[in-house]
Amino acid sequence: MDKDAAMTLLSIKDLRVAVDGKEILKGINLSVDMGEVHAIMGPNGSGKSTLSHVLAGRDGYEVTEGQVLYKGEDLLEMEPEERAQSGLFLAFQYPVEIPGVPTVSFLKHAMNSVRKAKGESPLDAFEFKKIMDARLADLRIDNSMVRRPLNAGFSGGEKKRMEILQMALLEPELTILDETDSGLDIDALKVVADGVNAMRSPDRATLVITHYQRLLNHIIPDRVHVLAGGRIVRSGDPSLALKLEESGYGDLVTAA
Amino acid sequence: MTGEPTGLLHAGDAASLPGAGNTWIDSLRQAGARRFTGLGLPTRKVEDWKYTDLRALSGSSWDHPATPSDPVEMDDGASAVLVNGCWTRGDRPLPDGVELVSLARAIEDEDDVVRSHLGSVASLARKHFVALNTAWLADGLVLKVADGVRVDEPLHVTLAGAPGAQRLAWHPRNLIVLGREASLTLVVRHLGTGDYLANLVEEVVLERGSRLRHYRVQDDSPDAVSVSTTEVKVAGDASYESFVLATGAGVGRNQIAVELGEPGASVRLDGACLGRHRQQLDTTTVIDHAAAHCTSREAYRYILDDSAKGVFQGRVTVRKHAGGTDSHQSSKTLLLSGRAGVDAKPELEIYADDVRCGHGATVGEIDQDALFYLRSRGIPLDEARDLLIGAFIEGALETIGSPVAQELLLDHAMAWRTRA
Repeated sequence: MDKDAAMTLLSIKDLRVAVDGKEILKGINLSVDMGEVHAIMGPNGSGKSTLSHVLAGRDGYEVTEGQVLYKGEDLLEMEPEERAQSGLFLAFQYPVEIPGVPTVSFLKHAMNSVRKAKGESPLDAFEFKKIMDARLADLRIDNSMVRRPLNAGFSGGEKKRMEILQMALLEPELTILDETDSGLDIDALKVVADGVNAMRSPDRATLVITHYQRLLNHIIPDRVHVLAGGRIVRSGDPSLALKLEESGYGDLVTAA
Repeated sequence: MTGEPTGLLHAGDAASLPGAGNTWIDSLRQAGARRFTGLGLPTRKVEDWKYTDLRALSGSSWDHPATPSDPVEMDDGASAVLVNGCWTRGDRPLPDGVELVSLARAIEDEDDVVRSHLGSVASLARKHFVALNTAWLADGLVLKVADGVRVDEPLHVTLAGAPGAQRLAWHPRNLIVLGREASLTLVVRHLGTGDYLANLVEEVVLERGSRLRHYRVQDDSPDAVSVSTTEVKVAGDASYESFVLATGAGVGRNQIAVELGEPGASVRLDGACLGRHRQQLDTTTVIDHAAAHCTSREAYRYILDDSAKGVFQGRVTVRKHAGGTDSHQSSKTLLLSGRAGVDAKPELEIYADDVRCGHGATVGEIDQDALFYLRSRGIPLDEARDLLIGAFIEGALETIGSPVAQELLLDHAMAWRTRA
């Protein structure tokens, strides 16, 4: 493995994905290094969510070509839980409501599953609570939220905060934010951005998938890519996002 | 109509039963025997038994157990233990105003309450197993709570099979009478090993303003046929709340019939059937709104794995003069295997105006979105499934009104997930 490859956390090569026989991703190439934040922007239907779901391992997507290496390993061969255990985290666009599963016990279960996979000893209730309380305070999330069943009856903003809390607890190496900004008021948006920014470090990376430029005012990316028609049609520095905000996706979509 | 031939009726000696020679008890038994001779074992041609297969009971080699010489010692805090249907222990102190005695003794003593109620709540008509139980009526328990006595702490009763039964049949009969404004929580646990028929009949009389919370854990042997018939008469402003958690038996049938006889009476029948392998778990209920302004609620939940089969038959009758009836019934099933299945048959017979009656039935599988969400947080597939099954169980048991009983049943139901 050469030096560059050692720095690369995620490497997507010519990824083609079909859903129900229809090709949605038509050859994605993307490389994300440790320490970087990449934004993937694109209009509705461009394949943004398909990309995030395939990376997290959701069923129902057929990879027809290409490969995805995560930490140099074949990501597509891993089960969803193995991906999470090795440090990949997807913040869902639509977090699932699970009535009957208490949030606190879910969080502890998730943390201890990841710790177990790393060969670390499980946290007891006391140790876990200490960590959780600290993260809740960091993120200015009210304690009452974790005493409710997981996401059940949560508002859109609460669900996104819960995603960020999970991210902060699991301390992933690669975080994928799937339209985390959609439907958020400015306060919630700041909670999300602060949470992500606090995690920025030379040994982590973030993929911000979004329709709008708004979130990128708070999470400044290193690279911006435009996804349209299942392909990355432009890549550039953060100024690309601003241009898109002004002129829209129109030209790029036509070009694709 | 005569059903399947069976040796069940001729498996013992009637002359040796408690109270034999007393006319009232002899004639009750004879009426049961006559009725069962006429009915036989139900086949699937009998409407009520369409979905449950009782062929395990046919054949002639049945025995009635001798009274066990070595009572099963069980340190489970029970106030009474019936081993093979016979009273074997009942020396735990009881709260003031609560009386708990062996039915055999009460019959021999010609107890007034027994003489006036035994056989009067559970009707023999069309009731194959009540008839059989009545023919062999021998022992069980009599539980009386005096007027105005309210007991919070649950009373525990265990119905156990002596270990290693082989083709044994027992027919315990329980009589439960709550006086006016009395209240009690009763937890009945069924367990055993080997091949047997446990045919329990319970008659429950709730006098005005009383309340019984009646919880059952049916954890019979996987080779057993377990039939429980509970018949309840609810007087004005009295309430009957039942929860049956069924995890055991090869064939388990829980039948409950409730008569809401006076205005203000209410009933809540809930339960959870957790089945795997080739288990058949059947819940058959009949609620009779025989008076105005009564309330009934029913919610049964099923979780079925492998080739297990669930049955829910819920009949609600609202009689002509029962205006102001408020009734709702629901069944929900979680199927964990493509071979498992459930038959749900709600039956509403409404003869009155001005009533509110609703029912609903759903059948589903594990929510794949929820499963993926949990796995995407590092929780392994098996554990994620267990969490979701646990959530369904929690939802099913949330109506149990007694916190102590709820915890007990919840522990049992959660442990079911990891049993072989």
